[in-house]
Amino acid sequence: MRSRFDEQLSSLNSALIEMGALCEEVIDIVTKSLADGNRHLAKKVAPLDCEIDRMERSIESMCLKLLLHQQPVARDLRMISSALKMITDMERIGDQAEDIAEIIGFLDRDAGMRGTSLQRMGEAASGMVAQSVEAYVGKDLDLARSVVSQDDIVDSLFIEVKKELIGEVASNPDEGEYILDLLMIAKYFERIGDHAVNIAQWVVFSVTGEHEEE
Amino acid sequence: MNSINGEKMEDTYKSIIQVDDLSLWYGQNQALHNVCMDIGEGRITALIGPSGCGKSTFLKTLNRMNDLVQGVRIQGTVSFEGQDIYSPQTDVSELRRRIGMVFQKPNPFPMSIYDNVAYGPRTHGTKAKARLDEIVESSLRASAIWDEVKDRLKSNALGLSGGQQQRLCIARALAVRPKVLLMDEPTSALDPISTSRIEELALQLKNDYSIVIVTHNMQQAVRISDDTAFFLLGELVEFGDTERMFSQPTDKRTEDYITGRFG
Repeated sequence: MRSRFDEQLSSLNSALIEMGALCEEVIDIVTKSLADGNRHLAKKVAPLDCEIDRMERSIESMCLKLLLHQQPVARDLRMISSALKMITDMERIGDQAEDIAEIIGFLDRDAGMRGTSLQRMGEAASGMVAQSVEAYVGKDLDLARSVVSQDDIVDSLFIEVKKELIGEVASNPDEGEYILDLLMIAKYFERIGDHAVNIAQWVVFSVTGEHEEE
Repeated sequence: MNSINGEKMEDTYKSIIQVDDLSLWYGQNQALHNVCMDIGEGRITALIGPSGCGKSTFLKTLNRMNDLVQGVRIQGTVSFEGQDIYSPQTDVSELRRRIGMVFQKPNPFPMSIYDNVAYGPRTHGTKAKARLDEIVESSLRASAIWDEVKDRLKSNALGLSGGQQQRLCIARALAVRPKVLLMDEPTSALDPISTSRIEELALQLKNDYSIVIVTHNMQQAVRISDDTAFFLLGELVEFGDTERMFSQPTDKRTEDYITGRFG
């Protein structure tokens, strides 16, 4: 029964997975670009961010159609309304990765941040996004809650990055602009972590019907 | 559902009908199994479930309409305002005056609009014309049909549209000043506009009456009811706050039914 509706829900799922994978990809690109000191690589982000924006519109219209046609209740209603909220966070993640890519493009030299806290921040944020989408797909409450708690790791890495950069300013006062750019990048990673937490919280709501505040 | 400091609180309400361990048999066939339910005063309670699940049977036990069915046997208690309605002392006609019923198909009597509404009060002894006029007008007003019929009260009720006939039947039920209105799929034979009129009307009436409504239209249950009861195979599977039931049902069978994946 309702096989057509079930098919539509499963296409919605696939679209969300695809959008989540794109978000993961753009974060990975900027992180690698920073680590390798490869400014050219960051140029790949802009077209992917456009694709993320396009997917947001397309998933949104899918959800509105489902609401209109199927008048979903219970878990179906929670799933569709959570999807609507999650794509807003995913779209912001795409924008922030694009912001980072833009800063990388303006850096007055290749960063080469391999092994730094900034690189670890990028990796942690990307992992959180990947896991939040995975939690959605598998309706995995434990994984969703783990994403929420991983935000502390990103936050403490941000504090480390700040300390490292303050040290840099002291030893290389001429590099002020470059160092400030890196700080902004770190802030964007920190925001991406927050969006991954939002996604994970929507997963919890979609499964349980309850909001769990941090 | 109220919310204080983010803590969810179930609505607390006074009940007007208490059903306790109610079972019902039609001959050998058990149609209701140990149903317990408190029906809230001044609230709309929706009864949902697939055809044959016992919801209409349950509705009819609330004002003893099942007494008219041959071979029916009932166990358990139904208390209305503290009195067991199945006790031998109950005056059944008085009970049905206080717990009125509106049926699926509008069934006006083949007489004038006025006489349809005045019928009940007349049978219960009201004779004075001025008093009857007053009851007819206030009942028709309360049923949101006064403006449409006030200039043709002497016309035959069968000339009204289906939706108007149903509102007339509600007026007829209200004319004897009931406390509770039982509605058995009151909009299933009506078009969308008449349906929304009846729904609006139900929402207005709950200020003065308690309403129990059987409906196959789940969106209708969501739109108008405060509480919902889900029946399956004569069993009350789940009963509670409508919003909660349609967002977080606790029983898998409820979830499967309301999301259309039943069976």
